Amino acid sequence: MSKSNKPGISAPGTAAFLYGVLKGNPVLVLMIGLCPVLAVSTSIFNAVGMSIAVAFVLIGSNVIISLVRKRTPGEIRIPVFIIIISTFVTIVDYVIRAYSPELYRQLGVFIPLIVVNCIVIGRGEAFAYKNTVKLSFLDGIGTSIGFFIVLFVIGLLRQLFGKGELLGKVIFSKPALIMILPPGGFITIGVLMGILTYYNLKKSKV
Amino acid sequence: MIDNTMNPFLIFISACLINNILLIKFLGLCSFFGLSSSIKNSVGMSLAVIFVTIMATVVSWIIFHLVLVPLNLVFLRTATFILTIATLVQIEEMFIKKYLPPLYKAMGIYLPLITTNCAILAVAFLNIDYNLNLLNSIAHGFGVGVGYTLAIILFAGLRERLMTAPIPKALQGYPVAFFLASLMSLAFLGFKGLFGL
Repeated sequence: MSKSNKPGISAPGTAAFLYGVLKGNPVLVLMIGLCPVLAVSTSIFNAVGMSIAVAFVLIGSNVIISLVRKRTPGEIRIPVFIIIISTFVTIVDYVIRAYSPELYRQLGVFIPLIVVNCIVIGRGEAFAYKNTVKLSFLDGIGTSIGFFIVLFVIGLLRQLFGKGELLGKVIFSKPALIMILPPGGFITIGVLMGILTYYNLKKSKV
Repeated sequence: MIDNTMNPFLIFISACLINNILLIKFLGLCSFFGLSSSIKNSVGMSLAVIFVTIMATVVSWIIFHLVLVPLNLVFLRTATFILTIATLVQIEEMFIKKYLPPLYKAMGIYLPLITTNCAILAVAFLNIDYNLNLLNSIAHGFGVGVGYTLAIILFAGLRERLMTAPIPKALQGYPVAFFLASLMSLAFLGFKGLFGL
């Protein structure tokens, strides 16, 4: 990672960054934030749009939670997190509505629902509330990238098999429509998880 | 699509079967996979979901149409709804603990989990997106709750059966649960067209 070579970002920074991408991948490993992953992954366009929206909320709320962590009493931290997160979600909601009505129509209710996405509040509670602003920022970026990779791969597979086209080029003339319907989402993520478990089992045997 | 021209019964059927919140709309999936390992857990969670969905529907509808719209504060809806639902769940928990101990025993530990169940918040948002009146909103909320119950209890029953099935090691646990959910979702797609919906 090129980030680790920059001065001032030491080993804990790299660890915070990498955790969300690999070992603590929010979707495939921790099984949280599933709803948007399945619902909006019918095309690459939706997948990228949703990832950017989640990344903005996650990084923003991680930084702000980390900034106010010393002034926030433990008993009321969850309501405070919710207010911070919902502020960012409202910003994203209105920005998307203003600049990309098409994306807004596709993502629909899943944009305001980022506020209850377990990934965002989970990282706030587990990481940002206990760590410095810099580390929380890196953790936010790492987790967002982990989320993006999974969403992108699922979006790519579903678009390829369900619509039969990629980057405007027709690949399959008779696509399997089922892949962009709800059952296709479940199947795709099941297969991905199966492959991941298979490799982990194989690696632990060697 | 659900709108105000439909009667409450059709809205109920649509929310329960045709647009099933878990299998077709992909909402509330964390609890769908997390709490469906036994029928007992899923019954408790379903009760809590039905109860809270209806309450949250009524309260969020009133707040949106009688407070936020007249005061021109619609942009605050995300923050308002989530805080209202969180508060509502807390009050309900205290109330049920005091006055309905048997019910509390059945669904007590699931109530706090409801706050972050996106199905509940989604109903509040969808009622506004569909522009439903209060009665239709309640029918919609109730349909979502019943649909949730139907899907999660069937799913838990199937998963209990799978415990003894010979499944390849790499697919045990979540991967096979996803395949199962896919087949159930396929079955629910079959409801499309019922009553011309």
